[in-house]
Amino acid sequence: MSQISQMDFSYFPGCSLATTAVESSLSMIKSARILGLNLIELEDWNCCGSSSASTLCKNLALAMAARNLSLAPAGRPLVAMCPRCLHYLRSAQLCLRDDGETRRNLEEQFGRPINLDVEIIHFMEVLVRYGLNRLGEKARRSLKGLKFVPYYGCTLARPPRLSRQKYFQGEMENILTALGAEPVTTALSHRCCGSFLSATDPEVVTPLVNEIIDSAVASRANCLVTACAMCQLNLEIRCTTKTRLPIFHFSEILALALGAEDYEEWFVRHLVDPRPLLQDLALVA
Amino acid sequence: MDTASQKRSLADAVMARSGTNFKACYQCRACAGGCPFIKAMDYPPNAVLRLLQYGMTQEALTCKTIWVCVGCHTCSSQCPMGIDLAAVMDTLRLMAVEEGVAIGSPHILDFHEEVLRSLERYGRAHKLGIMLRHKMSTKSWFKDLDVGLKMLAKRKLDLWPSKVKDIKEIAGLFQCYWRETS
Repeated sequence: MSQISQMDFSYFPGCSLATTAVESSLSMIKSARILGLNLIELEDWNCCGSSSASTLCKNLALAMAARNLSLAPAGRPLVAMCPRCLHYLRSAQLCLRDDGETRRNLEEQFGRPINLDVEIIHFMEVLVRYGLNRLGEKARRSLKGLKFVPYYGCTLARPPRLSRQKYFQGEMENILTALGAEPVTTALSHRCCGSFLSATDPEVVTPLVNEIIDSAVASRANCLVTACAMCQLNLEIRCTTKTRLPIFHFSEILALALGAEDYEEWFVRHLVDPRPLLQDLALVA
Repeated sequence: MDTASQKRSLADAVMARSGTNFKACYQCRACAGGCPFIKAMDYPPNAVLRLLQYGMTQEALTCKTIWVCVGCHTCSSQCPMGIDLAAVMDTLRLMAVEEGVAIGSPHILDFHEEVLRSLERYGRAHKLGIMLRHKMSTKSWFKDLDVGLKMLAKRKLDLWPSKVKDIKEIAGLFQCYWRETS
């Protein structure tokens, strides 16, 4: 086996990937390791601020994101998988670049500098930029037969405030197609999953989630692959359609293709058991 | 200042804070056509802009729509005039809290407050705690119980929170507008 060079990244898990969706984090770290991408968890990170802080208090939201930026060591990119975390961390960085006074106040409060040059990137972008040539070399299972809806949700699809930033459309298809899977692009890939309304108004979210799943079924997909842990959760817990489809975290499918063997501990955490589909495709025993 | 100009100045404040010129809206309803949550709203997004254009800021600040909006930006990306409606909703929510008006969807505000309490306590969101407290304050114990139990069974709701070690630093962040006013 040829030697691949190791690359270091800071890794911001965020609250979902640290708890509810730990299977997404485990499979991402696993696949990154196989590809020689070393994800080093940001020491003592806190919540990015989330929709709630940004709804109730902009200063709090900015300070929460800024503390994370102050913890990021210089010289290596900061990687997030959760689109909302990515969005809030990037927004804070852009905001502090323009607002020297707030930045100095926060630096004084933390007693350490906030490095505004740290590049904040999504895990899929890391793969596209550094991992594509490694994928072929490290692939161990073909994803042939996996007809997936690339479900990006809403946030990766470019909120206007970050309009001059990186656009993610197509990355999931590019990566998984290279590994043998077949994208189904006629379903609702960007329809919002309901976000926090799933907690406060489930009766509003259920019909929307059902519409997304029905569109996937009608497009003859056999699963959905999500870029966002909250989407994954909402699509699983709010679906009441007759035909259910497995909802994978992107990193689970990636790790599977790269030969990971510890998938059992991820898949038992799914509300829609994905193992029958994967057994049919001879992807798992 | 007379009432009419007071109303106008509130609308101008929304415009300045959101960085969005909603006067450009000509009511084509592309936002309403695309919004996934339109059925749960009392005004479609374009009508909220219309209220602001007419200086009816109280109606805009007290409506349900601004709380139902999750900021998915579907409207913003579909607007032919490039109006960032999500930014307007965002600003209206903040102003509704600041102005102390009657909140259109109090249970959604309650949820956000429970999230912040969790963040203040642990530095990270503890979902089980947030949901239990939210259910207690909205007295909706049995709504959605089956989903909660399924999530517990799949170990998707951790009993114990994941915590930040330097919790003092987190406490410092919470010396903020929200803490001082809530």
